[in-house]
Amino acid sequence: MNGIIIATFFVLLTGLLAGVLLSAASKIFYVKEDQLFLDLREKLPGANCGGCGYAGCDDYAHAIAEDKTVPCNKCSVGGPAVAKELAGILGTEAEEAERRVSVVACDGRKENVGKLYEYEGIQSCKAAKTLYGGSFTCPYGCMGLGDCVSVCEFDAIHVENGVAVVDRDKCTACGKCVSVCPNHLISLTSGKSLVNVLCSNKDFGKDASSVCKVSCIGCGICEKTCKFDAIHVVDNVAVIDYDKCVSCGACAIKCPRHCIINRRVKATASL
Amino acid sequence: MSHIGALFIIIISMVLVDNYPLAQFLGICPFLGVSKDLGSAKGMGIAVTFVMTLATAVTWPIQKLILDPLNIGYLQTVVFILIIAALVQFVEMFMKKSMPSLYKSLGIFLPLITTNCAVLGVCISVIDDGLNFVDSLFTAFGAGLGFWFALFIMAGVRSKLEDQSRIPEPFRGVPIVLITAAILSLAFMGFSGMFQ
Repeated sequence: MNGIIIATFFVLLTGLLAGVLLSAASKIFYVKEDQLFLDLREKLPGANCGGCGYAGCDDYAHAIAEDKTVPCNKCSVGGPAVAKELAGILGTEAEEAERRVSVVACDGRKENVGKLYEYEGIQSCKAAKTLYGGSFTCPYGCMGLGDCVSVCEFDAIHVENGVAVVDRDKCTACGKCVSVCPNHLISLTSGKSLVNVLCSNKDFGKDASSVCKVSCIGCGICEKTCKFDAIHVVDNVAVIDYDKCVSCGACAIKCPRHCIINRRVKATASL
Repeated sequence: MSHIGALFIIIISMVLVDNYPLAQFLGICPFLGVSKDLGSAKGMGIAVTFVMTLATAVTWPIQKLILDPLNIGYLQTVVFILIIAALVQFVEMFMKKSMPSLYKSLGIFLPLITTNCAVLGVCISVIDDGLNFVDSLFTAFGAGLGFWFALFIMAGVRSKLEDQSRIPEPFRGVPIVLITAAILSLAFMGFSGMFQ
């Protein structure tokens, strides 16, 4: 009986001491928070999701309070409403967050790509991918079974002629299709950039050209054509640096495989 | 001089032979969770090393001076958790006031490891092994360094795995990370028996 009393008493005492110590410490080591920070922090949703690129809402509020050049539209949970409130507190204009859209980097329409076999299983890209990497000759391309379509809440992506196509007006850049695509074909790019490479085939020239009519063979002609150093062949695929690209479309004209699209001239085209 | 040598051996053996995440499998959660990039691995590594040493410095005397004489050594786990949690909170407040730059660089990592099992593990294992106070401190410091080292290797490997398009579909994401950790752990098994 004595043991249990000592044990209970001791643990209670430890807890009590720790509590007293901490509450005293919070008074002694009290740091006055910047009022600006407190105001900003109050407007943030407090989800601590890290979507803004900072370690939680506190960190982000500190960043905008201390550095005026940090944009106040980074909170994706709060969206434009929160950005406006933050800007109101800071006394600046809320910049419109740059519009971004999803781009499917594949043009493997039915007439462009061959078939290995007829797939009749579950209508899902993920399932098809487990059978020899999909039913098409190109293992990197769009399987057209619409995992992205079913995940899109905005009706902004559809399979047309065997390839997923983004409706750029409806796309909200939520990124759900980006993460669901088993071949990682979809990426978020700036809505302003109108030139995109529509191929993700990482094989060498001959292998790439034998599986699809419009595959990137990594020849590098686009690289030489570009005056802005904005397109490079990485892993045998041309990749556009959207910070440098001015959407002039020179690479799209020179591409011998026609796998670069210029939406400015082909605004009516299916992609 | 020989004593300094012994302390040095303690540190080396805690880093390589008895590495906490890779050989003793303690602290796996932050080991897998915070090893995505080298920057956060560094923050976490420093914070764990710091808290481990500090926690051992506080819990060792409590065990020897209070728990053992009162014959309530079995309360070790409960009391240690309480003390470590309070201690970390206290240190956080203290640092916020007195060392703002250090507070900023440790950031969220400090409260994250309040209830880290590796911290509790090192406090308990130094007492189980019957080490004296100085040896305990060096063991804790070495364990922290070992954790940091493992975290750093893991983060380095994982940054190479970022492009997952070449990894077979079923292994993408968590599976490849677990396999990486297993291979790392096997590699560290090669150090076992180095000092015996």
